[in-house]
Amino acid sequence: MNLTLHVWRQAGPELSGKMVVYKANDISPDMSFLEMLDVVNERLTDNGEVPIAFDHDCREGICGMCGLMINGVAHGPMNGTATCQLHMRSFKDGDTIYIEPWRARAFPVIKDLTVDRSALDRIIQAGGFISAPTGGAQDANAILVPKESVDNAMDAAACIGCGACVAACPNASASLFTAAKVSHLGLLPQGQPERYRRALAMVEQMDLEKFGSCTLHGECQEACPKEISIDTITRMNHDYIRARLIGTRP
Amino acid sequence: MSIQLDSRIPSGPLAQKWDRHRFEMKLVNPANKRKNTIIVVGSGLAGGAAAATMSELGYNVKCFCFQDSPRRAHSIAAQGGINAAKNYQNDGDSVYRLFYDTIKGGDFRSREANVYRLAELSVNIIDQCVAQGVPFAREYGGLLANRSFGGAQVSRTFYARGQTGQQLLLGAYQALERQIARGGVKMFPRTEMLDLVVIDGKARGIVTRNLVTGAVESHAGEAVVLATGGYGNVFYLSTNAQGSNATAIWRAYKRGAAFANPCFTQIHPTCIPVSGEYQSKLTLMSESLRNDGRVWVPKKAGDKRDPRQIPENERDYFLERKYPSFGNLAPRDIASRAAKEVCDEGRGVGETGLGVYLDFADAIKRLGRDAIKERYGNLFEMYERITNENPYEAPMRIYPAVHYTMGGLWVDYNLMSTIDGLHVTGEANFSDHGANRLGASALMQGLADGYFIIPNTIGDYLGSHKLQKVDASHDAFRSVENEVSERTKRFLSIRGTRTVASFHRELGKIMWDYCGMTRNEAGLKLALEKISALRTAFWHGLNVTGSDVELNQALEKAGRVADFLELGELMCIDALHRSESCGGHFREESQTADGEALRDDENFAYVAAWEFAGEGHSPTLNKEPLAFENVKLTQRSYE
Repeated sequence: MNLTLHVWRQAGPELSGKMVVYKANDISPDMSFLEMLDVVNERLTDNGEVPIAFDHDCREGICGMCGLMINGVAHGPMNGTATCQLHMRSFKDGDTIYIEPWRARAFPVIKDLTVDRSALDRIIQAGGFISAPTGGAQDANAILVPKESVDNAMDAAACIGCGACVAACPNASASLFTAAKVSHLGLLPQGQPERYRRALAMVEQMDLEKFGSCTLHGECQEACPKEISIDTITRMNHDYIRARLIGTRP
Repeated sequence: MSIQLDSRIPSGPLAQKWDRHRFEMKLVNPANKRKNTIIVVGSGLAGGAAAATMSELGYNVKCFCFQDSPRRAHSIAAQGGINAAKNYQNDGDSVYRLFYDTIKGGDFRSREANVYRLAELSVNIIDQCVAQGVPFAREYGGLLANRSFGGAQVSRTFYARGQTGQQLLLGAYQALERQIARGGVKMFPRTEMLDLVVIDGKARGIVTRNLVTGAVESHAGEAVVLATGGYGNVFYLSTNAQGSNATAIWRAYKRGAAFANPCFTQIHPTCIPVSGEYQSKLTLMSESLRNDGRVWVPKKAGDKRDPRQIPENERDYFLERKYPSFGNLAPRDIASRAAKEVCDEGRGVGETGLGVYLDFADAIKRLGRDAIKERYGNLFEMYERITNENPYEAPMRIYPAVHYTMGGLWVDYNLMSTIDGLHVTGEANFSDHGANRLGASALMQGLADGYFIIPNTIGDYLGSHKLQKVDASHDAFRSVENEVSERTKRFLSIRGTRTVASFHRELGKIMWDYCGMTRNEAGLKLALEKISALRTAFWHGLNVTGSDVELNQALEKAGRVADFLELGELMCIDALHRSESCGGHFREESQTADGEALRDDENFAYVAAWEFAGEGHSPTLNKEPLAFENVKLTQRSYE
C-alpha cells in the first residue's frame, strides 16, 4: 500500500505546531498502525530527520498509553479498538490519513503526537480507590458478591485510561473516564462506605483540571476502545447529586 | 570469588520459617519510619504494591516509572489469572501442594524456603485484592470462581475475564494514587533510572533522566527497591511491552549486584505467530485457553488442507498423546518444545509453517458458543483483530514466543541483592520460579513481594544498619551524573548509518536462534562471537537524530539496546556453562531418551550468580548451592 500522511509536528510544549506531509510507501496491510509509523520513523531517521514522537507501550490494547486522532476519530475507524490494535487493512491503497494528538485543554501537547494526561491520575487520587491498607483484609469469600454486580463492575473496570473519551468529546469532558471508576467501585459491596464521597471528590477534581462538562453527546462511548457505556455517567450523576443532597464532604 | 552469597534462609521447619523470621526481624518505630526515604523503581505489581504499602506503613517513598502513568506498567497485560492455595474448590489443594507444584514446575532450580513463603502468602493476596475491589469472576451464588492453569491438577487460578493483570494492577495503582494524594509517595512518571549510586558499599540512590526535558537528576535515600520487570526484550520480539528493558538491573549489576541464572527464559507456547519483518511485538493468547482449546497439527508433513477438512484420524493432538495426565495443560516449557518439535518435522501450519492449531470446535460443541464467549470473548476478539481470522469458525494458529525471564538479580530471603540496601522484587529478581515459571504465578510473586515481603524486610535492613545521612549533594552523585550524561551524549555523537531498531532486531535474531527454545555448545559459542561483533558495529554505526534535551524516544531506546547487547552476552555465557537441561533451558546435549530435559543434579543443583569483573573481563561465577530438605528431586514427568 502507498499512503499519504498528514502528521501533527510540534517540537515542544510551548511551541507552535503544524501538519507535515509524509509519503508512506510499501506498507503491508498486516502491519498495525503503529508499526506503519515505526517504518516511517526508520525512514526519517535514515534521512537524518527527527522521528515522530508518539506514546505507546504494550501494543496489545491494554496499557492505554497509545492514542491518536486518525482522520478526526479517536483511535481511528475500528470500533472497540485502541490505536495499537488497529491494522492497516482498515485502510485502502492511495488513502490520505490525518494523524493528530488528543486535543483537550487538560491534555497539553508535550511533543508531536504525545500529550500529558496526568490530569486523569489526579482524578483517581481524589477518590478513585477503596481505602483498604495492606494487611487487614478478611477472607475473600466472606462477602458474597452477586455475579451480575461483579460483571457490571468489570465492564466499567475495563477502562484503560487512554483519554479517547476526552479527545472525542466536543466539550473535552472526562466524564466517561470518571464515571467508569465511580461505577466499578460503586457497584461492589466493598466500595459502599466511600461511594458518595468518591463521586463528589472525583467530579470536583475533574472540574479543577479544566475538563468540560458532559452534555450527553455520546461521542465518548463511540470512541472508547473498551466500549464502556455512557450508562455509567448516569450512575455517576446519581451518586454525585445524592452526595450533594446529603451534604457529603469531599 | 569476592561476593558472599548468604541466602539468609531462616532456620526451623519449612512451614514456620516466614513466621519465625517476621518475629526475628528488626522493626523501625513508627516515628522513625518517615525519616527514611525509600526509592522504588517501577510501578507494576511488585513496585506499585511495594510503594503503596511502604507509604501506608509511614515510610517516605519516591516511585519512578518511564511511562506517563504508573497504571501503564506491563503487569497490566497479564491475562489469565493468579494462583492461590485457597482450596475453595475442595479439590485437594493446599499451601504445600502449591509449593510442590511450583518447585517441580521450576525443575528443582529454586529455593524451597522462598517458594513455600510464596505459596503461603498467595491466600493473603486474594483477600487483599478483593478488599480493594478487584472484580474477580464469581459464581452465581456470589462465591469466587476458579479455573485451571498449566502444571497443576487442581483448579486454583483466580481471574477477572482475560484481564486479571489489569485489574490487579489497577488495585495496586489505586492504592498508590491514594498514597500520592496523602503525600506519602512522590511519583516521578516519564522518568528513567539510568544508574545506581553506591556509597560505602551501600545503595544510597539513583540517577535518572527526565524523559520530557532530558534533565539528569539525582535522588538519594536510605534504601533502593528495583521492581523493573524482566528482560525478555533482549530477544527483540517478545510479549513484553515496547518499553520493557533491563537498564536498571543491568546498571545495578555493573555496580556490583550479582545476576542470577540469566539464561533462564520462558518461551510461552500460545502466542500469535510472526507475520512479517516489520513486526514490533508478539501477542500472547492466554494459557487459560488451553483449558478448553485442543492443540494439534496434521499427522502428515506438508498437509496444506483447511484444518476443518482434516478428519479426526489424520490429526495429531500431540500434547494429549505425549502427556496424557496433563494433556493440553502441560507446563509452558514442555508445551513450547513439543510445538517446535512438530514444526521441525515439517508438520507446522500456516504460511510460514511455524504454527500449530489451538482448536475450540469440541468445546463449542460441548458447552455452546456463548459459554466460550463468556470465558474467552476478549481474547477471541483480540485474535481476530490481529489475524483477521475468526477463531469461533476456524482453529487459532499459535506458536511459542519469549514471554518471561526467570533469571534476574540475585536476592537473599529478604529480597536484598549482593549490594547492601539494594532490594529487588518481582520479575526483576531471580527468586521463585527456578528454570521455568508456571502460569498464573508471576502475578502471585509480584504481589507477594510488593504487598507482604518487602514492606517487612526493608524494616529489618533499616533497623539493623546505622546509615549516615546522605543527600543528593554528595560527590558520588555528581560523578555518576557525569557518567550518565556522557553516555547519553555518546549515542548522539556516533552519527552512523543504522537505526537503533535495526541493531535490536539483529540482536534478537541471534538470541532467538542460538539462545532460544533449544541451545547447544557450538551455537552458543557462535552467538558470543556474533554479539561481540554486533556491539562493535553498534558503537560505530548507530544513528540517533534529535538532541538530549527533549523527548527523544530513539535516544531512550539506544540506551536500552546498548545494555541488551551486554546482557545478551551474559545470557549466552550462562547458557554455555550450564551444560545440563532444566526447565526452559534445554541443552540439546542433555536430554532423556524421550527428548525431555535431563537435569544433572550432581553438578548443577545451584544458582549461578554472575559478578561483573570490569569492562573487557569475563564475569565471575559464584554458586549458591540449592538444598532440598523437603522435596525429593525427581525427573519431572507430566505423562
